[in-house]
Amino acid sequence: MTADKKIDVKNAKKIGESRSPMQDALREFQRNKIAVAGMLFVFFVVFVAVLAPVFAPYGFEVQNLRNNRAKPMEGYDVLESFAEENCHWYDTPLEWGCTVFIAGSDALGRDLFSRIIYGTRVSLAVALAASSVSLVIGLIYGTVSGYSGGNVDNMMMRLVDFLYGIPLLPIIILMTVYFNAVSRQGSESPLMIWLIKLDSAAGGLLFVFIAIGALNWLGMARLARGQVLSYKEKEFVEAARALGAGNGHIIFKHLIPNVLGPLLIAESMAIPGYIFLEAALSFIGLGVTPPTPSWGAMINEGYSGLRSNPHLVLYPGFALSTLTLAFNFMGDGLRDAFDTRLRGRN
Amino acid sequence: MTKYIIRRLLMAIPVILLMILATFVLVQAMPGGPFDAVGQKSMPEHIRILLERRYGLDKPLYEQFFLYLGNLLKGDFGPLFRQPAQTVNDIIAQTFPVSIQLGLMSVVVGFVLGIPLGIIAALNHNTIIDYITTFLAVISVSVPTLVLGPILIYTFGVKLNWLPIAFWGADPPFTLGFLPPLTSTFFRHAAMPVFSIGTGMAAGIARLTRAGLLDVLSADYVRTARAKGLQERVVIVTHALKNSLIPVVTILGPLLAGAVTGSFITEQIFALNGMGRRFVNSIGQREYFLQTSLVLVYGLLLISGNLLVDVLYAWLDPRIRYD
Repeated sequence: MTADKKIDVKNAKKIGESRSPMQDALREFQRNKIAVAGMLFVFFVVFVAVLAPVFAPYGFEVQNLRNNRAKPMEGYDVLESFAEENCHWYDTPLEWGCTVFIAGSDALGRDLFSRIIYGTRVSLAVALAASSVSLVIGLIYGTVSGYSGGNVDNMMMRLVDFLYGIPLLPIIILMTVYFNAVSRQGSESPLMIWLIKLDSAAGGLLFVFIAIGALNWLGMARLARGQVLSYKEKEFVEAARALGAGNGHIIFKHLIPNVLGPLLIAESMAIPGYIFLEAALSFIGLGVTPPTPSWGAMINEGYSGLRSNPHLVLYPGFALSTLTLAFNFMGDGLRDAFDTRLRGRN
Repeated sequence: MTKYIIRRLLMAIPVILLMILATFVLVQAMPGGPFDAVGQKSMPEHIRILLERRYGLDKPLYEQFFLYLGNLLKGDFGPLFRQPAQTVNDIIAQTFPVSIQLGLMSVVVGFVLGIPLGIIAALNHNTIIDYITTFLAVISVSVPTLVLGPILIYTFGVKLNWLPIAFWGADPPFTLGFLPPLTSTFFRHAAMPVFSIGTGMAAGIARLTRAGLLDVLSADYVRTARAKGLQERVVIVTHALKNSLIPVVTILGPLLAGAVTGSFITEQIFALNGMGRRFVNSIGQREYFLQTSLVLVYGLLLISGNLLVDVLYAWLDPRIRYD
């Protein structure tokens, strides 16, 4: 009897308990197994990227021309015990020893597996940096535009429409080329010197970050503006204004917290696009400065030898696709979980 | 509607002018000039000056810009510095049809594969068919051209030896300027590039079609149509489908832009003589007129694509009025 009662009390508490929309969404997300798996994989990749030196057998820049274009798992026969004569490069320097190249080696004899592992850093950095850039610009621009209304809003949205009509990718390619050329030449202008320093700190990726962010803030700005337009007439904003809150207070305390959620979800769905764009820019030779490994640049390097050494292209490509797949599953799950309109339908 | 189209076209003029100006200034601002070197040696000073005068590069920038604009109005895109026997007009005439054929065929493949798959998934909502289709769609969205291209080449070109691995199967001039010859060589060459762009598009379109159709199928007017005893086929085809395609049309603009972006990579991978490859190959050179003109052509494509989307939109959704 007492045990039953206990259970009842527990259940009653649960029924009476209120759940915030956030908790609702989290519960919904947890139920979506594929999305959770995607998120876990993304966390795993972040973990690998942070601890890349631990996971990678060699440094990404360690090269040995004697070992170039090793096939995957080449080195010694994994089934038999270690035997020096099974190594076709057994007379290599001692620090290289005789080890397996898990994923083969590239034209310069660099371990592909290590380079793929270090390549996670570039892709994740792009995902993080580009989404922050476009989020911040889009959020501020869209909020200001939507909140101001009237002529300011009109003008600001005209500019967005204007930029939508411009083929940004070729222009951004030209801008990247310009920046690379100037930084190679050196410059006296303090701004350029500062930019060049920042760029080399970012492994030559600074401009890729800016470019990808600049390509993608337009959609974010439109989304933020739409959200602000719908929220600024709501009662709680009205109430805040009636209590004497200033514009800054309303924007930062009331509007942005509400606008941020949908924007974050939109960003998480846009991340695969950012990763693709970085890979594409690196593929045409505009991304990272060698020897920093980027999956796009690795595909470019291996591409000319596709016939004889397909692993040099296929493995980085596989890594690229797996990471984007995980981001896609995660983004879809987040959208489904937070979009209350869809809830209960799937 | 005509009024709206005319107004949009007029509004596009300042966009195009500013775009040309920005590109023109940007390419000219790059360090170094087109005549800095002949092969490995540096160009003698007096010859460089003469050459620059020959192409009008010694004039002030604004003067060059207006000269270029004037020539554009006459249909002259300007000279090429590296291959003086050809002009930018020749290059565009060679490469534009290839890029357009590639882009249009990819979009067609995207729609032909994507819409039926989306419909099938939505009609079998929450069954195994739906799950498989959705899963396949997410996978193909996650495999970019950059990865799919080499995989296709390796499988169908190298291993199976079914399809040619590079080059476009036809050369200009084409009928009407862009219609491809309907030969098997052409399609065998086009198959892999088109699919490497098209499958990603198809996946995106399938997801949107599925979501749109699911949305519409729970709408009141569909219930009414069913309630009055219409056949399921009629309900789907004449009532639900048209409305469910509205979100698909909205992404047509980004899709066309994506076809352009994709063509930069695809043309590089399959060594196609298109605009994207030409543009990428020219980035290390100082071909001012070629680069500006290619950006201009991309801009015109994008603007007409966006206009087409808006017109289609009004046709699909009569509630939208543009006056």
